[in-house]
Amino acid sequence: MNDRFNLYRFSSPATFYPLAGKMIPWFIAAGTLLGLVGLYIGMLVAPTDFQQGEGYRIIFIHVPTSWMSMFIYLVMAFWAAIGLAFNTRLSGMMAQALAPTGALMAFLSLWTGALWGKPMWGTWWVWDARLTSELILLFLYIGYMALVAAIDDARRADKAGGILLLVGVVNIPIIYFSVKWWNTLHQGSSVNLTKSSMAEIMLWGMLLMALAFWMYSIAVALARVRTIILERECHTDWVRAELTGGKS
Amino acid sequence: MSNIVFSVIARDLKLAMRRQADIVSALFFFIIVVSLFPLGIGPELDLLRQLAPGVLWVAALLATMLSLPRLFADDHRDGTLEQLALSPHPLGLVVTGKVIAHWLVSGLPLALIAPVLGIQFDLSGEALLVLTGAILLGTPALSGIGAIGAALTLGLRGGGVLLSLLVLPLYIPVLIFGAGAVDATVSGLGGEGHLSLLAAMTIAAIGFAPWASAAALKIALE
Repeated sequence: MNDRFNLYRFSSPATFYPLAGKMIPWFIAAGTLLGLVGLYIGMLVAPTDFQQGEGYRIIFIHVPTSWMSMFIYLVMAFWAAIGLAFNTRLSGMMAQALAPTGALMAFLSLWTGALWGKPMWGTWWVWDARLTSELILLFLYIGYMALVAAIDDARRADKAGGILLLVGVVNIPIIYFSVKWWNTLHQGSSVNLTKSSMAEIMLWGMLLMALAFWMYSIAVALARVRTIILERECHTDWVRAELTGGKS
Repeated sequence: MSNIVFSVIARDLKLAMRRQADIVSALFFFIIVVSLFPLGIGPELDLLRQLAPGVLWVAALLATMLSLPRLFADDHRDGTLEQLALSPHPLGLVVTGKVIAHWLVSGLPLALIAPVLGIQFDLSGEALLVLTGAILLGTPALSGIGAIGAALTLGLRGGGVLLSLLVLPLYIPVLIFGAGAVDATVSGLGGEGHLSLLAAMTIAAIGFAPWASAAALKIALE
């Protein structure tokens, strides 16, 4: 209606689809670049830890995936709140597109944690507060995906999933603190993940890797949301034109 | 305003009393699950005494969940739920009534039978008292949180399994503090702190969960 740049324009799937397509290569490039530099610093530049040897280097994957797994849940809850408040279609699609990546991050975080725990603590798994709450976070992701997959009507799936996400986000602090308290009551803090001081170069490597995972998650979520848009809007003219190359 | 809550409770209780077999079978599910553990683990009383709070609480979680799918399903099937949603009363209050009624027929019997099962596990008198109190205080929260899951999965295929996926992770805090109260009493620390937290969770769940369930029901009824 006017030539002023309007951000809300992109809340429509038809306008967001090409925008997402244009953004994906940039996020892939940024993710690859940051990941390569981060891995270079993490694997080659960062010094060997005098206590943990070379094995500690898995934290360059482990810590970023844990951060992303928590952050993605918050982003999904944000989209759920927007979707429920303003009844926008794209928000639910964004939440759905993010869920598999979030679950993947939670799984990777648990897996790398186990790989790290075996040489360091001598066991694959301890019922540490962080490990346990990460596991519960994975359960929450799986519950969300199962609920959305079980509902055939896409709009109902968005809204029901949104309510579940909001309930989950309210519960996460309660779960975290109860698990933490349960843990200290049962076995005492025998394991301490946080080191008192971390070499600056390690911190840089970790930050770069976190950014790389962030860019990767955005790129993958955008690619997934494009597929969801095509699937949901397949009855519209613009999707038909898009798929047939404008020839129909 | 509280009239609607009480009339929904009275109605649901009357319906439940017409089908007492459902209440009894959920209760016996609880009893059987609890009795299976000593058979699986062995009869050493020292071990059983340690396991008792966790076993009883996990069984209580499962027994509560077993009766959840029916919280809204019957009313949904015969159209009552739509009429309730159309009524001038806030749907949240209607759900509050249903949650309380659900607790009266599912949670309360568990709390009453729990001391008897606790004796099988050789719990002391004090521990039995705390166990009963914890189940009394904690199960209303289970009914409240469960109502959200029941509303979200209303009318879906595979609703029961899906419901457990959604609800069980959210039950974890209640499980931790419910079993923790008994553990703390047995070890001499005193379970008052745990019981207070359980009560806080129940108050929060009864206060907020019905409104989230009402929102979910409105989506399901659209």
